[in-house]
Amino acid sequence: MAADGSLAVSGVSSVSRGRANTMQRFARRRSTIAFMMTVPLLAIIIGLVAYPAAYAIYLSTLNRRMTAFAGTLNFELLFDSNTFWNVAFQSCFFAITAVLLKASIGFWLAHMLHHIPNKGQRKWRGMLLVPWVIPPALSTLGWWWMFDPSYSSINWLLAVISVPEVPWLGHPWAARISIIIVNVWIGTPFFMIMYLAALKSVPEQLYEAAMIDGASSWQRLRYVTLPMMANIISITVLFSLIVTFANYDIVRVLTNGGPRDLTHVFASYAFQVGILSGNIPRGAAVSLFMFPILAICAFFVLRSVTRRNKEQM
Amino acid sequence: MSATAANRDTPGIYSKAGSLRAERRWALWTAYISLVIAAIIFLAPPFYMLITSLKTSGEIATMTGNPWLVRDPTLENYTAIIFNPMFQRFMLNSIIITTCVVALTMVISILAAFALARMRFWGSQVLATGVFLTYLVPDTLLFIPLYQIVGGLGLLNSIFGLILVYPTLTVPFCTWIMIGYFASIPKELDEAALIDGATWSQMLLKIFIPVALPGIIAATIFAFTVSWAAFVYPTAFVTTPDQMPLTIGVVSQLVRADTFAWGQIMAGALMAALPPVVIYAFLMDYYIAGLTAGATKG
Amino acid sequence: MAQVSLRKIIKAYEGGVQAVKGIDLEIEDHEFVVLVGPSGCGKSTTLRMIAGLEEITGGEIAIGGTVVNDIPPRDRDIAMVFQNYALYPHMSVYDNMAFGLTLRKFPKAEIDKRVKEAARILDITPLLDRKPKALSGGQRQRVAMGRAIVRDPKVFLFDEPLSNLDAKLRVQMRTEIKKVHQTVNTTTIYVTHDQVEAMTLADRVVVMNHGIIEQVGPPQVLYHTPATRFVAGFIGSPSMNFIAARLEETSGALRLHLPAGMSVDVPEARVARYRAYAGKDVIFGIRPEHLTDDKPTDKTNPAPMMLTPEVIEPMGMETLAHFKLEGTELTARLDPATPASVGQPLRLIAHMDQMHLIDPTTDKVI
Repeated sequence: MAADGSLAVSGVSSVSRGRANTMQRFARRRSTIAFMMTVPLLAIIIGLVAYPAAYAIYLSTLNRRMTAFAGTLNFELLFDSNTFWNVAFQSCFFAITAVLLKASIGFWLAHMLHHIPNKGQRKWRGMLLVPWVIPPALSTLGWWWMFDPSYSSINWLLAVISVPEVPWLGHPWAARISIIIVNVWIGTPFFMIMYLAALKSVPEQLYEAAMIDGASSWQRLRYVTLPMMANIISITVLFSLIVTFANYDIVRVLTNGGPRDLTHVFASYAFQVGILSGNIPRGAAVSLFMFPILAICAFFVLRSVTRRNKEQM
Repeated sequence: MSATAANRDTPGIYSKAGSLRAERRWALWTAYISLVIAAIIFLAPPFYMLITSLKTSGEIATMTGNPWLVRDPTLENYTAIIFNPMFQRFMLNSIIITTCVVALTMVISILAAFALARMRFWGSQVLATGVFLTYLVPDTLLFIPLYQIVGGLGLLNSIFGLILVYPTLTVPFCTWIMIGYFASIPKELDEAALIDGATWSQMLLKIFIPVALPGIIAATIFAFTVSWAAFVYPTAFVTTPDQMPLTIGVVSQLVRADTFAWGQIMAGALMAALPPVVIYAFLMDYYIAGLTAGATKG
Repeated sequence: MAQVSLRKIIKAYEGGVQAVKGIDLEIEDHEFVVLVGPSGCGKSTTLRMIAGLEEITGGEIAIGGTVVNDIPPRDRDIAMVFQNYALYPHMSVYDNMAFGLTLRKFPKAEIDKRVKEAARILDITPLLDRKPKALSGGQRQRVAMGRAIVRDPKVFLFDEPLSNLDAKLRVQMRTEIKKVHQTVNTTTIYVTHDQVEAMTLADRVVVMNHGIIEQVGPPQVLYHTPATRFVAGFIGSPSMNFIAARLEETSGALRLHLPAGMSVDVPEARVARYRAYAGKDVIFGIRPEHLTDDKPTDKTNPAPMMLTPEVIEPMGMETLAHFKLEGTELTARLDPATPASVGQPLRLIAHMDQMHLIDPTTDKVI
């Protein structure tokens, strides 16, 4: 049996009988066909992902009119600008806070959902996933209207419990928090659904065994659930960190970077600089700052996924 | 003797059982309260959008009273938006783009996943990892160079430019989960087909596609929702309204109107969000399977 | 219908590991041959090479006189039943059985006739419209066989087809397979790790171990005259007792000295055969069924041994008693009527006319 579990009639080299037999030709033709079948995929990966990524590096070294090589000038100018550092801070603050909130609320909800009788779960799950289903740009539009300075429906609710009016999108910190609220609202269902799937994959016998061994419900969570879910948790958190860090929709619709460019994240700032102001090289330079952080996350995601696959084998 | 022992034990047992039951009931109440609060918060924004969309412009303009209630509901915002030629154009563009992208994605990823899952060849492992890595590259990292590339091809301000670049959002993930679904088909099944006399194409069409149909549906739903909701690329590559898909169209064109016609904007946003929501409502299980497949399969 | 010849078949993987180390085997037309051996012995690999699912590293396989090394599976005219049945989950039973014929572009009427006929033979006619999901293990097994039968191939290949069934069903399906073979009479190669299956089904059993054939022969021959220690131990359940012993000659008679100071006489009929090993260490092999409790009526060749049972297992029609003889585990089959109990010494008789002697240097049966 082929050790890798594939159908591959492995081209064992010890059959050096001089002539390629039909089986071998069959195998070789099959791998040619297989390669041909992946050509469109390769075209997309190389042409529309790898090449643009490399091209971005090249673009970032040009001058504003893209007529001459400017070395690291774009990066130096960015390092000198306050706005850029604000953007860097806001990106990290936004991504880390939002992901932590999404992960903890998602975990809590998944746990609660797992605890209620099975037949009700479907209905609740169906309701709670709605924020994830609506295209983010459109639901953010709804949030924008809820944050509207002159007629905010959230402030109206707060007024009911005598909380003073919040200038949601007008004040930098309020705006930052608004962005996080919207992102958490959109992203929590994803965490919930992932964790629920992971919870369901923990065999019931493990809990029963732990119960008989005298574990309290907290201990069962600590010593059975969490270790069994560790991998899914790390994959989901890292993955969400990538997506949240690179978020664009919410900032664009909600604040468009304002007030005073204080809520820009890398993606929206790159858009502002590169597309709207027409400084393509500078915009490319901004977006490239996302790369190292994303690469680190990607590395760990890949490691977790590979480890998970090995465990499942 | 035994009677007294039983008497002594019974209250103990009952109180234990009682506390266990109380603990369970308490846990259940916590669960339901958490879920109700979450559901209210999660559903409030779409509900508010719906309420707003039912209000007349006059009612919105007064800006007084409870915003969560509608005094005289009207459908005029919906009729206005449905008969707005610009909105119709957005809808048509979105449909064309999404249909093309979903079709392209499924053909590309099914072929590639079949090859990668079953017909190992030189470099196929590297390619499978590459697919996953590509999936992790966000669109916001690539839109500037792609802007130049799409511009170089003369496809800026054209839905064809979008059809060209959207597969970068859909193909890697769909291929990845299809590899997972195909790999979960026992290999005896293709050996049986091989002995039954099937060629590679017959094996793909008559065995793999029907057997992995749930996976294919899940991947199709994913491709659909992603291309329907895509925002960065159309925002960057399209500035003329007649080539805009719904997302950017509703956000940029409707909002641009001088007096914010919030009723119409919300009606438009809800109409634009309807197709993914309807698909979700009817195919929830496949939708969720696709969502969780990324980390649990492949 | 065809004979199958394997000539010096070798299967090697990258890295030089040989799963099959050059085996020769001639299988006659209509014959039912079972390849049996422990897991990893190369039996499945051999079957898969015959099927064309594994490339043949060296040697030749011929089906019906044609060398098939270079022929892909679909043109070898074989049918195979897999361990997990490999039924197409999205097709009905009928379509599962018809699939191979449809791909070969048989006329519809012919397909229908063959599927119905196979369903009748296998008694699955009422199941034809069902999906595999809705079938029990035994029914799936029948469908898998039906898929093979409708093709009317030159050779049937079975790859451990019964190992996913529970014990009772396995016995039932075993009989079923034998019945089907008697009806359709196609050359059959059957792989199993279960020696009982091998014994009950086969015209000839091929015992494999570590990629080589240990012995080929009809079940009774393998049972009574195993060629090697491996075959002696593998065939028969519970397996044969092996006791380290020394063969001594005293005035023309041979006597086996066993551990713990016991000794037994070698019957006169065997003396000539074993004389060359006199004065050497040998391994004494005796099956549990030939190591029984002493009955006064039974005086054929009494070789009495006094042993104390450690474990007694009443099986109904017989009782198994396990002993320990200086570190060697021994098993005897007792009459259930014998009052045996743990710790009570028991007088046993070895039926020496059924004895085997094994040369410990070559592991061959003398």
